[in-house]
Amino acid sequence: MCKFELNEHNKQIVTEVCESYGNKAGNVIHVLHGVQGKLGYLPAEVQEFIAMQLHMPVSQVYGIVSFYSFFTMTPKGKYPIDVCLGTACYVRGSDKVLEEFKRALGIGEGQTTPDGKFSLNTLRCVGACGLAPVATIGEKVYGRLTPNMVAGVLAEYANM
Amino acid sequence: MENMIALTIDDHFLQVPKGTTILQAAKGIGIEIPTLCHYELKGQGIENKPGSCRVCVVEVEGSKNLVPACYTQVSEGMVVHTHTLRVIMARRTVVDLILSDHPADCLVCPQSGKCELQKLAIDLGLREITYAGEMSTYKKDISPAIIRDMNKCIMCRRCETVCNQMQTVGALSGINRGFSAVVGTAFEQKLEDSTCVMCGQCVQACPVGALSEVDNTRDVMKALNNPKKTVIVQTAPAVRVALGEEFGMEPGSRVTGKMVTALRKLGFDYVFDTDFAADLTIMEEGTEMLDRLTRYMNGDKSVRLPIMTSCCPGWVNFFETYYPDMLDVPSTAKSPMMMFGAIAKTYWAEKLGISREDLVVVSIMPCVAKKYECQRDEFKVNGNPDVDYSLTTRELADMIRYLGIKFENLSDSNFDRPLGESTGAAAIFGATGGVIEAATRTAYELYTKQTLAKVDFTELRGLSGVREATVDFNGTPIHIGIAHGLGNARKLLDKVRSGEAQFHAIEIMACPGGCVGGAGQPYHHGDFSKVEKRLNAIYEEDAAMPLRKSHENPYIQQLYKEFLGEPCGHKAHELLHTHYFDKSEKNYGL
Repeated sequence: MCKFELNEHNKQIVTEVCESYGNKAGNVIHVLHGVQGKLGYLPAEVQEFIAMQLHMPVSQVYGIVSFYSFFTMTPKGKYPIDVCLGTACYVRGSDKVLEEFKRALGIGEGQTTPDGKFSLNTLRCVGACGLAPVATIGEKVYGRLTPNMVAGVLAEYANM
Repeated sequence: MENMIALTIDDHFLQVPKGTTILQAAKGIGIEIPTLCHYELKGQGIENKPGSCRVCVVEVEGSKNLVPACYTQVSEGMVVHTHTLRVIMARRTVVDLILSDHPADCLVCPQSGKCELQKLAIDLGLREITYAGEMSTYKKDISPAIIRDMNKCIMCRRCETVCNQMQTVGALSGINRGFSAVVGTAFEQKLEDSTCVMCGQCVQACPVGALSEVDNTRDVMKALNNPKKTVIVQTAPAVRVALGEEFGMEPGSRVTGKMVTALRKLGFDYVFDTDFAADLTIMEEGTEMLDRLTRYMNGDKSVRLPIMTSCCPGWVNFFETYYPDMLDVPSTAKSPMMMFGAIAKTYWAEKLGISREDLVVVSIMPCVAKKYECQRDEFKVNGNPDVDYSLTTRELADMIRYLGIKFENLSDSNFDRPLGESTGAAAIFGATGGVIEAATRTAYELYTKQTLAKVDFTELRGLSGVREATVDFNGTPIHIGIAHGLGNARKLLDKVRSGEAQFHAIEIMACPGGCVGGAGQPYHHGDFSKVEKRLNAIYEEDAAMPLRKSHENPYIQQLYKEFLGEPCGHKAHELLHTHYFDKSEKNYGL
């Protein structure tokens, strides 16, 4: 995985998002949403650049990024895994499924594998409670998971 | 009187203007409601009122829940009870919960005895901490001037308010969420690496021991106990009008003579005065100002105006960080503290035959940023600093207590010569507008070659955040700008940068009120009237001096004759002037 570089191309992306919100500090949450949508995550360099564009202290930008769990400072993997910990999934054992993903990938919640292939996060309900417990990988939904199904699910991505 | 609201507080009937909070209304009739997160600098437009600590809750008849007094506005016919059993029990629970994540190491806490949380726990009679639970574990962050111990943070966010609203420095912000929420820097970097300018107003505002200044009292005591060292001390003008508060004296008590006696008792070999160097600063800065003005009036387009004062280390850090395009605008004159160090370790040390290494220069300052200033590399010779240690007014008070000295009973004594003699112009350096008034007194006489009929320039005095005045230099109008508090400085500087306002000279102090409201002064706990009383005392100090213009100080005249030559001459430049650095790489947003 290569290190993030705030090159001219990325600067252009951030500048456009900031401009689309009038470069206003009051719109910082929208800006962060927009930029994370395009870059995948919000590394420190990007937050500094956003602070500069919006004329606000970078400490406050970081305050917002660190407050909302939606924002992330670590790049998501090529295949982002989200395990549902909503009530229905949880009572049917999604916590054990999560533990198995952690063990199989060797990473914790909110982390990305060193090769940048998988990242692991949790969420609260994807609206597929009938399939509980549920996990999503990218756009694909996996239902009625058990811990011993995890290896098989990951194997689908072995050669991708 | 439709804008007046009638209400009852604790059986007192009163009328207050619409928009008044219960807290303000109660205070007006002498009822104290305890507060913790609330912090207000009256008259300076600064108020921290998150309504989050819930210590100020009161009972309002007809309201199901208790309401926070700091946040709730009065309404017609309201009946308020500030100290019912229900209220007291609620306050106890609130403080108990705060203490559940607060280290109970009060015995060794730098804030012990001055801590607002400790006082609340005492006043409410807490005898045990009921709620045992998870405790925060943060690493201490030690910058050259400020220590952050976030395990003690109670999230009142006073520091965040002064850093952002008052100083517009933006180093601190609330970060993370839930139990991990804390006031911190961007990316949790060290304070030293952030945009912090070390003004220390966060330390002045912190109700607990989460923010404190670096303690140098041990270093100074070690030096005092080393027989090989000659240890001398200099005291800033604002210290003598505030030190008494630490010993229960009235704010604004002038304790110059007692302070000198106390410093001798502490064992300093010579007790000198930063005021001497303030007079020297006026000679240098005043000369530089006149030189720039004269060249400007003669049509020299290369002259940068306005000239700005450069005595305040928080302000110097601020313009180095935020106004790198204006580095050639401030005066190059060092601050009085650094000028004193430079003269003490050359002129004076040579006179007495003391080597630089055996001389320890200590300063007593109303300031936290001075600790950083004396560590700056450009103020060192072969690694040996011109000023070795800078103590705050509070640290001096601590040392006086260590020795069991009864400060209030001390008799008066005088500073040593020659570096202890000064004029009234130097005394007013401690008040906002004072440096520029002192410079005006000297510049006027040097420029017009006439004696001032009246040395008091009252148009330069006052406490409003940004002030403008025009002084008549015998037919030549000189426009002067003054700002105190860095947010106010930013307003003034932005006008200068855009060309909207034009000044010949500007004075800026980082702290509200100038040095009298400095971060190293006794804690005022948000009672700004104390700062005002110190400010008035500064002008009394000036009025009581036989000499009130810096260029009339005979020891300054002697110093130039024997050693320095001309003001702004070669030697003066070498010893008394400095240069500034572009630190804008730290600043992203502002």
